[in-house]
Amino acid sequence: MDFYSFLIQLLNGVQYGLLLFLVASGLTLVFGIMGIINLAHGSFYMVGAYLAFSLAGLTGNLFTALPLGIGVSVLLGFALEWLFYRHLYARDHLYQVLMTYGLILVFEELRSIIWGDDVHGVAVPDLLSASLPLTDNLSYPVYRLAMSGVCLLIAGGLYGLIKKTRLGMMIRAGSSNREMAEALGVNIKRVYTVVFALGVALAAFAGMIAAPVSSVYPNMGAQVLIICFVVVVIGGIGSVWGALLAAILIGLTDTFGKVLLPDYAGMSTYILMALVLLWRPEGLFKR
Amino acid sequence: MAEPILRAVNLSKRFGGLTAVNDVSLELHVGQVHALIGPNGAGKSTLTNLLSGDLKPSAGHIHYAGVDLAGMSAERISHLGLGRSYQKTNIFLAFSVFENCRLAAQSRRQRAWRIFRKASRFEDVNARARAALEAVGLASRRDAIAAALSHGEQRQLEIAMCLATEPQVLLLDEPLAGMGPQESGTIVELIRSLTAAHAIMLIEHDMDAVFAVAHRLTVMVNGEVLASGTPSEVRANEVVQQAYLGEEHGAGDV
Amino acid sequence: MKSKTSVLLLIVLLLFALFPFVGEKFYVQLVAKVMIMAIFAMSLDLLVGYSGLVSLGHAAFFGLAGYVLARLAPQYEAASLWTSLPLALAACAAFALLTGLLVLRTSGVYFIMVTLAFAQMLFFVFHDTPLGGGSDGIYLYAKPELMLGGTSLLNLEDHRVFYWFVLGLVAAVYLLLQRLLDANFGRALIGIKSNEHRMRALGYDTFRYKLGIYMLSGMLAGLAGYLAAMQYGFVNPDILGWHTSGSVLVMVILGGMGTLHGAALGAFVFILLQEVLSNQAWFGPVAKHWQLAMGLFIIAVALFLPRGLAGLSGQRKLREETHG
Repeated sequence: MDFYSFLIQLLNGVQYGLLLFLVASGLTLVFGIMGIINLAHGSFYMVGAYLAFSLAGLTGNLFTALPLGIGVSVLLGFALEWLFYRHLYARDHLYQVLMTYGLILVFEELRSIIWGDDVHGVAVPDLLSASLPLTDNLSYPVYRLAMSGVCLLIAGGLYGLIKKTRLGMMIRAGSSNREMAEALGVNIKRVYTVVFALGVALAAFAGMIAAPVSSVYPNMGAQVLIICFVVVVIGGIGSVWGALLAAILIGLTDTFGKVLLPDYAGMSTYILMALVLLWRPEGLFKR
Repeated sequence: MAEPILRAVNLSKRFGGLTAVNDVSLELHVGQVHALIGPNGAGKSTLTNLLSGDLKPSAGHIHYAGVDLAGMSAERISHLGLGRSYQKTNIFLAFSVFENCRLAAQSRRQRAWRIFRKASRFEDVNARARAALEAVGLASRRDAIAAALSHGEQRQLEIAMCLATEPQVLLLDEPLAGMGPQESGTIVELIRSLTAAHAIMLIEHDMDAVFAVAHRLTVMVNGEVLASGTPSEVRANEVVQQAYLGEEHGAGDV
Repeated sequence: MKSKTSVLLLIVLLLFALFPFVGEKFYVQLVAKVMIMAIFAMSLDLLVGYSGLVSLGHAAFFGLAGYVLARLAPQYEAASLWTSLPLALAACAAFALLTGLLVLRTSGVYFIMVTLAFAQMLFFVFHDTPLGGGSDGIYLYAKPELMLGGTSLLNLEDHRVFYWFVLGLVAAVYLLLQRLLDANFGRALIGIKSNEHRMRALGYDTFRYKLGIYMLSGMLAGLAGYLAAMQYGFVNPDILGWHTSGSVLVMVILGGMGTLHGAALGAFVFILLQEVLSNQAWFGPVAKHWQLAMGLFIIAVALFLPRGLAGLSGQRKLREETHG
């Protein structure tokens, strides 16, 4: 592999990893703070992708579709938390698995009813449709670079949110000690609702910006969900920082695996997980 | 004096920056009750957890039966003959009293074959469970569900489960906590009767009981040994008087 | 009480045994499918209900055994049941041992995620590599034969004989597990589920118990997967997929965890519901979207029936008892 091919794969791997981070961070936050294992998290990614498809079709541009889609997904998050998830906070993980599995079936069928079962494409916005030439016949799409940039911005924003803001303080208090947070007058119920909606919005946003690259297709959430579980297992549950590093690790492993051993690439990330489990069963960055 | 059966040497346990047990050494002899006293948070339970394998020591050794128990798993230590009871009652609440003890006794019989034989048909296991229940005075409650027992009875069951594993060394963590005077009397008598054949470490706040059964005393404060010796030596120790006994028993009823 | 249950079970067994004489072929095959899924559900109940290990990757064993059968079968001929079944089960045991050593180092929510991930790994093994035949899977043109000295003992191609064969296996698995759970091993498992820490302090090597039940459970799931592959006549990566794992978990919870007949009942209700909801004669074009109704049903069970359908009668019983 020459330098430029390597560079392209490296950029792809990091971009894929950062995208996984957006989905996995919501998963790990919702687990770390509310103790909920959410199988339907991948469905939010799928919903985001289909929203991008519909809204970009309606408005004619992905840029206008994005804020609209975020609004819809936040509302969806509030509604789901209120209708379903808040009844499961104190329950055994088993019932969380059961209910969120049921939600997956509902989301998939609603998707089938609303959008059908065909594969759809979403156009890359004109502004970002160019490619950066690397050599005579190799180039790199600007859109993918923009994706990575946006993901990094969001990662930084999340860091600031958790470390610096009042909401972040509440989030940290809620995750480490629920009773104490309540005793200090933190409205834990509202924190839960907001964190959940944030998680939904992150996953949906990931789906929206991924849509032009990956296209939009049935069951696209399941694949992402399972990989994100691997990310969370490797990163250590509840750790956003761990999720970021693990996601990039997985992104690189998967991307280079596909180039070097195409038949076995699907397994590479799981083998990585097995190794981490052997070494540190609680994940690499468990606090 | 005869060789100790268990010898803890320079044991320490640190949790992050906190040192819960600091350089503690201690000996247990068959035929003796070694009482461990000290204020709450002195590290007594942590020390018990180190000896039983529930926690791994940060430093130090535990010599027992020719091996070093430090860092060994709880189940292996149990099989080597150390049994413990918990300060916070730790029983199977959904099971009957007898099943709690039977399960404890069954742990001594883990043969891989006869996997289809009904668990209740192993007479030796049943007999050991029954004997343990009788020893603590719970025989009449054998069919009750553990969750339905009174607090004192649950404490008795806790000890019975420990006995059902037929240990040689008993680590009893506040066995009398929450018991009425009559139940306490039964357990003090039980400890007396077990002393001849066992080495016993007793953590207890009830000083009357401690001085009634203990052959040796170790006083712990802030994770360290403040004093150690026979009951009369410790009672006469001025530092102990001030630091611990003085506070609770200054009125002189010790 | 004890003998009453035995009599009841015998009656149920007899009714099931007589069913092929009256039922149409379609229904005989449907009930055979239910019974296969009952084995699958009972195997998962060993983990979820008896050991407190919530596996979301149980399809791995189910599918693995099916693929082993498919790979062992000569292209257009029948495989020998004598060799293919033990090999399929051995493969499941080996996979359970290998993954068990890893997944059992974790607990709780990690266990859920890690079991799912390893099942997905196996999915990719059979989906991507030459081992599996891609997303189309592999066809089995003939059911395995049970030969003894040149003569076939059972004509498993006959749907009735196959039904009785499966019925015999369900009964055998049920009895075997009932005995096992009532023996020392089972009692220890239930103790581990309720308080693992205490069991270790009592001297139980709990890891070995968990590994043991994980392997047994994997092999029984493999038995179900072997039979399913036999019945459908093909295997594809979907049988290893996470919807298979999800479905069997739903069956176990639906029936009420921690009882073998509950798991079997859960399988029965789930398969029946699936057949009814997807029945186009009844629901017309809506039947295509049967998973919507199934999903809502599952959500309702999770929210309102924490003890499954078996809990329905339990709740009524409790109410009767408390109100005299």
